[in-house]
Amino acid sequence: MTDLTELGVAALRDGIRTSKFSAREVADQFIVKVSKAKALNAFIVETPDHAMAAARAADEAVAKGEALKPLAGVPIGMKDLFCTKGVQTTAASHILEGFKPVYESTVSQNLWDAGAGMLGKLNMDQFAMGSSNETSYFGNVISPWRRGGGDKAPLAPGGSSGGSSAAVAARLCPGATGTDTGGSIRQPAAFVGISGIKPTYGRCSRWGTIAFASSLDQAGPMARDVKDCAILLEAMSGFDAKDSTSLNLPVPKWEEGLNSDLRGKKIGIPAEYLIDGSPPEIVQLWETGIEWLKDAGAEIVEVSLPHTKYALPAYYIIAPAEASSNLARYDGVRYGLRELAEGANLQEMYAATRAAGFGEEVKRRILIGTYVLSAGFYDAYFTQASKVRTLIARDFENAWAVCDYLLTPTAPSAAFALGDKSADPLAMYLNDVFTVPSSLAGLPAMSVPGGLDKDGLPLGLQIIGKPLDEQGVLNAGLAIEQRAGFVARPDAWW
Amino acid sequence: MTESSYRIHGETGEWEVVIGLEVHAQVTSNAKLMSGAATAFGAEPNSQVSLIDAAMPGMLPTVNGECIRQAVRTGMALGAVINKWSRFDRKNYFYADLPQGYQISQLYHPLVGEGAIEVSLDEKDPNAVTKTIGIERIHVEQDAGKLMHDQHPTRSYVDLNRAGVALMEIVSRPDMRSPQEAGAYLAKLRSIVRYVGSCDGNMDQGSMRADVNVSVRRPGEEFGTRTETKNVNSVRFVMQVVEIEAKRQVEVIEAGGRIVQETRLFDPDRGETRSMRSKEDAHDYRYFPDPDLLPLELDDAFLDECKASLPELPDAKRGRYESELGLSAYNAAVLTADADTARWFEALLAESARVAGKSETELARPAANWLISDLFGALNKLGKDLDESPVSPVQGAELLALAADGTLSGPLAKQVFEIMLETGDSAPKIVEERGLKQTSDTGAIEAVIAGVLAANPNQLEQYRGGKEALFGFFVGQTMKAMQGKANPAVVNELLKKALG
Repeated sequence: MTDLTELGVAALRDGIRTSKFSAREVADQFIVKVSKAKALNAFIVETPDHAMAAARAADEAVAKGEALKPLAGVPIGMKDLFCTKGVQTTAASHILEGFKPVYESTVSQNLWDAGAGMLGKLNMDQFAMGSSNETSYFGNVISPWRRGGGDKAPLAPGGSSGGSSAAVAARLCPGATGTDTGGSIRQPAAFVGISGIKPTYGRCSRWGTIAFASSLDQAGPMARDVKDCAILLEAMSGFDAKDSTSLNLPVPKWEEGLNSDLRGKKIGIPAEYLIDGSPPEIVQLWETGIEWLKDAGAEIVEVSLPHTKYALPAYYIIAPAEASSNLARYDGVRYGLRELAEGANLQEMYAATRAAGFGEEVKRRILIGTYVLSAGFYDAYFTQASKVRTLIARDFENAWAVCDYLLTPTAPSAAFALGDKSADPLAMYLNDVFTVPSSLAGLPAMSVPGGLDKDGLPLGLQIIGKPLDEQGVLNAGLAIEQRAGFVARPDAWW
Repeated sequence: MTESSYRIHGETGEWEVVIGLEVHAQVTSNAKLMSGAATAFGAEPNSQVSLIDAAMPGMLPTVNGECIRQAVRTGMALGAVINKWSRFDRKNYFYADLPQGYQISQLYHPLVGEGAIEVSLDEKDPNAVTKTIGIERIHVEQDAGKLMHDQHPTRSYVDLNRAGVALMEIVSRPDMRSPQEAGAYLAKLRSIVRYVGSCDGNMDQGSMRADVNVSVRRPGEEFGTRTETKNVNSVRFVMQVVEIEAKRQVEVIEAGGRIVQETRLFDPDRGETRSMRSKEDAHDYRYFPDPDLLPLELDDAFLDECKASLPELPDAKRGRYESELGLSAYNAAVLTADADTARWFEALLAESARVAGKSETELARPAANWLISDLFGALNKLGKDLDESPVSPVQGAELLALAADGTLSGPLAKQVFEIMLETGDSAPKIVEERGLKQTSDTGAIEAVIAGVLAANPNQLEQYRGGKEALFGFFVGQTMKAMQGKANPAVVNELLKKALG
């Protein structure tokens, strides 16, 4: 029997539609694959019934000759940050362990409405805080990749959407949802050799997505190629009156609009993204990427984003500030964990619950956030960071005067071994150095795999676009994808 | 503006009190500020709580436009600047009645800026002192839930029905200088929001409550350190708080102590304020712009609609009642102090004019007098409010019409009104059934007068001997003999003739 798990979103969709295979077969095979991949720890909860129900609906529609929904019968993985009705949703935290929402997030609902099924809830960094997937209460996700030469050191799948990246790379699902606050879709995609796009802030509703930093959080798809990303993003996006920051705009037909001909387009190369100490392979890949885009017809221009170096510090003030506020609701009163010692008063219950329920990284960010918002330091930190954010956005606006997209590396290195950076939060934060500026500016940005480093690990290239120009970003991504010919994949050791 | 002469006489001399009020007024709206949950008073605990109010993971606020509209209208009624661009901030602090761990409020960019209202220490006295009290700002914010500590020996119960209900916080300038001014300001504010319809002003239900900022100083000197007494829920209590707290502060200072900036509670039973928490251990409210909400931007069409929807406000109405309807300053003030009273009066007047076929101006004075003395007197005795009146404006108008066309004399009208209150019957029906019409039949009246004169020879002799004051006695006797139905004017005229 054909291994259907080798197929991506578009191929599965088309195969089901043309009765090449049934949706049930698709679901069956992925469900089995998921159940055999425990070693990767990519899923917190498996939901075979959900995937199967969607498959049945798709097969029935095919049998009746009905018009098929855009994703009919395609099973996907759902990051555990999205609330799913009746299915445990924890944001990979202890404090929400056992929490089953009575509601469905808009993004997941949009996907179900498009006919997709859910294989399970994907592991992630706790409350989406982390760049290596080592902060999950449910344990680390292990990247399916290993360094060459028999090195069996478990590698980080990236974060925070590490369960999503690992599951897609290991072919446990053809596509998955991710969320990106400072790079949490793009960096893990780069680490495992898949594609992922963070759309313009406001394209995907945040309603029902557990908040990390509200002004930055944005959902997006992770999949094996650019086309699959376009298909999934189309299904996820759309105006939602329940989210005040949702953009009231129609969703473009991104899949239909895919076109890798970049003639007439200008690609900006921001000088500030060349940082000291970058691995030579990163610099080399970037240069190769420039050649690929030239080959696709684009003109290359040098641009300057002078405030880039302030992006990371500003981000690590703004994101924790918002997080400290967003996570205040987890107090042990209404849902999730409650630690109530005999005779404890309310304050003591809060303190004990939060001490037990949050992991170290989450606590660190809550403390940083609380500090930078406190009356005595607000102006020195939060106000200042907000100004920096404005300057960074202005840098991009200035760049758009001379170019259409920016090309940069996605991350400053390939995947590192688990444990390598977890003791040094600042080293960990540096992983986001290339992804954070566009997040602060709310711009669409995607990562596509470009090649391998000396250890045989994937490296990604990032395309950043103008607000609302997801099409342009996808097109430039497609041009790279076609030229990179990236087919490397991890051996199935799990 | 006239300076208040209110002073506290301390051991070491006179002290002036400085007062500012922060009034929380619950916005009249069917839904909460940031969710679609209902807001009715007195519902079962936790029966009006949406997923958003309960701060479930992933829930997001969306602004209820009606709450914004009401706050804008209120600002307009206070002559305040409406900020076309405003923004919501989160005020972060932990408390069990605050499910999100923060309150959505407006610290940096409030919806409404500066305004002012005129208050008079006695609205009913045209010569009373009036004063302008500045409004600093109005911002909209979410109310918190309610904690109940007395329902269970070891547990506290939380009712989130109020959590997320829209409040307007109306912040005054520290412009008040006496308990009377503070009371008059709050009463005026309540009157205005009721007129506007943006808040029901029911202080006993918590729809309106005041935080009272009080400090004392030597007259003319710099402001002293203030204290804030929270959640005072009546005009009378606000006045008491000012008096008690100012006196306490003077005593502390004169005893060599220092006033600490702190939050206090008012205990009406013991007539004292007590420290709740001092500034040092007060919450560190962490504020920042709410990232879940876009700034609020108002367009001209919206503002025009708000403006057009405003009713005639109490000051304007009072002026009109005096100038156009010719009412006394006292009556105009009584009728306009409360929106419901004014509405009742205007319904009564319109109906009276219609029934009697006369102009409103002509009927305004008798209508006002009847409403203020007869109806209010009766309601007072029955212990009822105007909205529970057993007599409707239409029924009142019928009664007034019968008085205006001479069918009923003053005393007869009072008698008919008594019967209306008892039976609920209409005035025409009572007049018809009981034959309570006033008569101007000169023959009948002359016959009665003849009888009265014959029955009182002594008084007649005295009158004719020059004691003219006895004229009233004869009038009274005649009216009595005619069971009050005689037209007093005709009685007067015929008596004069008969007495020569």
